[in-house]
Amino acid sequence: MLEDYLRNKLQSQPLLVMTHLVAGYPSLEDNWRMLEAMRDAGVALVELQFPFSEPIADGPVFVRANQLALQQGMNGERYFDFMRRAAREFEFPLLYMGYYNPVFRLGGQRFCDALKDAGGRGYIIADLPPELAVDLDVKAREAGLDPIHLMTPANSEARLREIAVNAAGFVYCVARKGVTGRQTALGLDVTDYLDRCRKATGLPIGLGFGIRTTEDLRQLKGHADIAIIGTACLEIWEQEGEQAYRDYLHALQKAAGRN
Amino acid sequence: MSMKKFEELFQFEPGREGFYGEYGGAYIPEILHETLAELTRAFENARRDPAFWREYAELMGSYSCRPTPITRCDNLSRQYDIDIFLKREDLNHTGAHKANNVLGQGLLVRRMGKKRVIAETGAGQHGVATATMAAKLGFECTIYMGAVDVERQRPNVFWMEQLGAQVVAVEDGTRTLKDAINAAMRDWCASMADTHYVLGTVCGPHPFPLMVTYFQSIIGREARDQMLRIQGRLPDRVYACVGGGSNASGIFAGFLDDKVELVGVEAGGLGLDTHQHAARIAGHDACAGVAQGYRTYFIQDAEGQMRETHSISAGLDYIGVGPILAWLHDSGRIRFAAATDQEVIQAFKTLVRQEGIIPALESSHAIAQVLKEAPAMPRGTTVLINLSGRGDKDIFTIAEALADERWLEFLRRKVAAAG
Repeated sequence: MLEDYLRNKLQSQPLLVMTHLVAGYPSLEDNWRMLEAMRDAGVALVELQFPFSEPIADGPVFVRANQLALQQGMNGERYFDFMRRAAREFEFPLLYMGYYNPVFRLGGQRFCDALKDAGGRGYIIADLPPELAVDLDVKAREAGLDPIHLMTPANSEARLREIAVNAAGFVYCVARKGVTGRQTALGLDVTDYLDRCRKATGLPIGLGFGIRTTEDLRQLKGHADIAIIGTACLEIWEQEGEQAYRDYLHALQKAAGRN
Repeated sequence: MSMKKFEELFQFEPGREGFYGEYGGAYIPEILHETLAELTRAFENARRDPAFWREYAELMGSYSCRPTPITRCDNLSRQYDIDIFLKREDLNHTGAHKANNVLGQGLLVRRMGKKRVIAETGAGQHGVATATMAAKLGFECTIYMGAVDVERQRPNVFWMEQLGAQVVAVEDGTRTLKDAINAAMRDWCASMADTHYVLGTVCGPHPFPLMVTYFQSIIGREARDQMLRIQGRLPDRVYACVGGGSNASGIFAGFLDDKVELVGVEAGGLGLDTHQHAARIAGHDACAGVAQGYRTYFIQDAEGQMRETHSISAGLDYIGVGPILAWLHDSGRIRFAAATDQEVIQAFKTLVRQEGIIPALESSHAIAQVLKEAPAMPRGTTVLINLSGRGDKDIFTIAEALADERWLEFLRRKVAAAG
């Protein structure tokens, strides 16, 4: 399972790097080159976002990427084909990331079967709270998939414990209020928050939303197990190109390693 | 009066809070969990406090002309040999039923001690109503509006800005109402500590569908009493247009327990066979889905991506429908129908000429459906239509649809003078 894989990795590296891409944006060919760069840098885990027309938890960069990916014809069949090819080629585990409606339309069982068949290892669904995810999570576990749940700094202690009940693999801790993209100032409040999350779950802990600099990663060591970088990667790909993207991933991975 | 079925809306089975059958719920990013829980508690406390409704009713009376009257359409009634009545929500402050919801939520915001409000708006009616409420009750105000709608509805943008609101043109997606809702949700995900999202209709995550229905139920409560007083009996049928469904929910709420047929009229656009409409239920073109925080019928493709909708009236041009209405449809309590753009323009002209009332294009959908069905109604049938808003705001759209040459000439002169 994902948790064992992560624990194993964490023995040789204090902080793992998880990256993200929006499937179909800028194109599946570009996505493939992103995955190659992630492999070459030593990324531990990758989320493939399935685009949705109403991405309420995403900031402007991903909103646009979701929209353009759909306009360019991204759909379920292409998504799972791409995941299948990627799962064969790359060693890092792949996660489905997206919104609930495409999962709901496909049906929970068919979604889990399709994800498993494509070589995916779990899912992160941005608008499905744990109490509404129970049926899907049961099907996922039966299929050997890990439902990843999200904790946030707005949650009470009681709610954090509720979220932990059905979580598997690791817990995705949202670093701050708001949507994806905007820079997060890492300070004492974030480390306190991560400590609160640790008390609620024994799973490895990932921190995402607004994580972008090597300095961020250095600060997270000893507090989080996984640094999750999304928007910053896509911005560099768009603005500075492939080589800069590769350099950036290497720098992140280096910052996450032992000093 | 009995409000049994209405009260039942507030009862949930354990673990099914906010669900009406399969519809509703709160499908939200986790960051909003505690905020919606806080709102639900504040709403429940307010609802149990008789002083709150009294304060609300007083405010609606002194600021928004409530109770709004019921007007008998004498000429149309004579023509069809039936009794047609209008519930005059067009006489509210800012010209539509939207005031009922925003002032209710405004009082709730004051109880919660928040200092800023945000809202989405399509045509701009809900945005203007929210901006007036914010000005009156002293809140900061940001309104999200699709960039396409900002272009189409400049007069409303002008008024919102005059009222002190910041209007943000949303450039995402189809750049219309649904995208404005997404943008407001995103703002709220960051700002919820001091900000309340004044959702404009009976959609979105729990408790919004219930809370907005509750405030809008003032329409139905009044209308039922008024009908008994004026006509000595309840109407046989009640008609209301349905976009998200707030005016329909409000008037239907007064008649849920009665032997009264409830008819929701959706936007038939260019026709139900064209896909250029917003008739989620009557058009058989939508299916169950989850978006914008709730589960309902959405107009979407096979994989769950939302499709574009069309209506001559911006207020009905929306992908989803209130979950309570979806449930009342499935259980057979509400019948849904659709009126096309063309039928709506005809109905608009009929009401203006025959009754001297200028209805909003949204409300004209309900009128169009009554005019379609009237010839087949038994003699003496009593019909009540919710006239949800006034049509002044639609002057540009209607003048264009009627190809009024003198109006176009007026616009040209204005443009030249401003040039």
